[in-house]
Amino acid sequence: MKQEIIKKDAWDIVMKARANNRPVGRHYIDAMFDEFIELHGDRLYGDDRALIGGLATLDGIPVTVIAQHKGSSLEERVSVNFGMAHPEGYRKSMRLMKQAEKFHRPVICIIDTNGAYPGIGAEERGQGTAIADNLFQLSSLKTPVISIIIGEGGSGGALALSLGDHLIMLENSIFSVITPEGCATILYKDASKAEEVARHLKLTSDDLMGFGLIDSIIKEPKEFTKDTMSDLVSVLKKEIVEKIYELIKLDTDELVIRRQEKHLANAGV
Amino acid sequence: MKHIFQDKSNGINYRRLENIAPIIECSSCGRNVLEELARTNSSICPFCGNDFRMKAHDRMEQILDNGSFKETNKSMSSVDKLHFPDYTKKLNKYKKSSGLKEAVVTGIGAIDGRKVAIAIMDAQFMMGSMGTVVGQKIVSLTEHATKNKLPLIIFCASGGARMQEGVLSLMQMSRCSIALNRHSEKGLLYISVLTHPTTGGVTASFAMQGDIILAEPGALIGFAGPRVIEQTVKQELPDGFQRSEHLIEHGMIDNIILRRNMKYTLSHLLKLHTPFDGGAL
Repeated sequence: MKQEIIKKDAWDIVMKARANNRPVGRHYIDAMFDEFIELHGDRLYGDDRALIGGLATLDGIPVTVIAQHKGSSLEERVSVNFGMAHPEGYRKSMRLMKQAEKFHRPVICIIDTNGAYPGIGAEERGQGTAIADNLFQLSSLKTPVISIIIGEGGSGGALALSLGDHLIMLENSIFSVITPEGCATILYKDASKAEEVARHLKLTSDDLMGFGLIDSIIKEPKEFTKDTMSDLVSVLKKEIVEKIYELIKLDTDELVIRRQEKHLANAGV
Repeated sequence: MKHIFQDKSNGINYRRLENIAPIIECSSCGRNVLEELARTNSSICPFCGNDFRMKAHDRMEQILDNGSFKETNKSMSSVDKLHFPDYTKKLNKYKKSSGLKEAVVTGIGAIDGRKVAIAIMDAQFMMGSMGTVVGQKIVSLTEHATKNKLPLIIFCASGGARMQEGVLSLMQMSRCSIALNRHSEKGLLYISVLTHPTTGGVTASFAMQGDIILAEPGALIGFAGPRVIEQTVKQELPDGFQRSEHLIEHGMIDNIILRRNMKYTLSHLLKLHTPFDGGAL
């Protein structure tokens, strides 16, 4: 009883959000959807494995799935660049979103990244432009978009998939303007102050709910791994399906206006 | 600048001189230039042509027709909503040093008689970082432009989203994108001008959403900062990496415009966007 009242520490949550045994993007695709078929590539340059895209059914409803994927084993983590997408990832997600719009198919975005990759090629191929395009297109995408932050919602790289009609956070996930380490380095030239900075950044699901920036929080089991995720997946699935039934009935213009007003209301001033 | 103060041989007290006529040192050629001279010369170094950092109001003066500027949301100013350590102190410090209330100045003005909505960011206020007030001022200006069917020009200069306002800063990227999308849907023109430096959340939103994207020569433009990239990839960055000239080579911007030609270019672009209805010219 007493433990329920104690406010959770932001740094503990950061650690949980990044835990190695926490379920990652691919686990949700496997556990939540049926008949998944992967669609690769951005049709411009390459296929970014940090972001998985494809079609599937959710309780029989055809949907487009876009999932940031950090990988599980070390080998897989390296091969998916630890879930840090290049511009090709964001251009693939945009291509699949436009495709979903054409067929008026709901889009489910699964968010889990430390951030968009800060590399030479990423910059040369327009990392900023790719994210900006995602935000611009999502602003008026004429099909329902539901996003779930399952672990790390790192800065612009996570935001690019969050501008939708319904935003869910798992209990111990985070959503932040910058990593606590990055913030501590810039402000104090000392990454070891990350723990303290994490508390100031207000990045937990409770904080986000307090700001009115998210629509719901889903409770996690005490030991949260891919083997214990089934109950959470059922709750998540139920909420998404209900939301799809509600959103799909809206006239597309109304859907877009509703989404725009929802985000514009997050003024913070 | 230090060396001239240390040189006492000519008997001139430069400290005193600087109080009367402030001097700036050119970061490119290292020579000292009277601030007033630089200002009247479009903030360009008279020796080497390097662009100095330009104050938002000086730029307004340079770009807009004389006396045409009407500032909007002039008194809007940030508050420390997250109770972030030292934030209020920092805000006050930059208010004092820059003479501005926030990192962007917005308003309505005219360029060669054509009415425009214009926002100019100023890197002298907390590195031009975008918090809720910067976001709100840009959203509000864009909404005004949409409602009144005005073209929009934004001069970007930003270190990115403002950390001290956490996720509330991040949300401004979504809000500005939505406002610009609505402006665009009405068939209205948005010109984005990238000045030194344009990075982070501003690059990943409105800086790169222009119908036309221009840049000043030599401006640092990128998503991640060069230091972060260097630490990540653990190799030296190529020469001129993330500079305007590098971006145009990679197809990321429409053109690089010299500061002294900026007003003419904007005026020209506005003229080319005058609707043609098929009637006699």
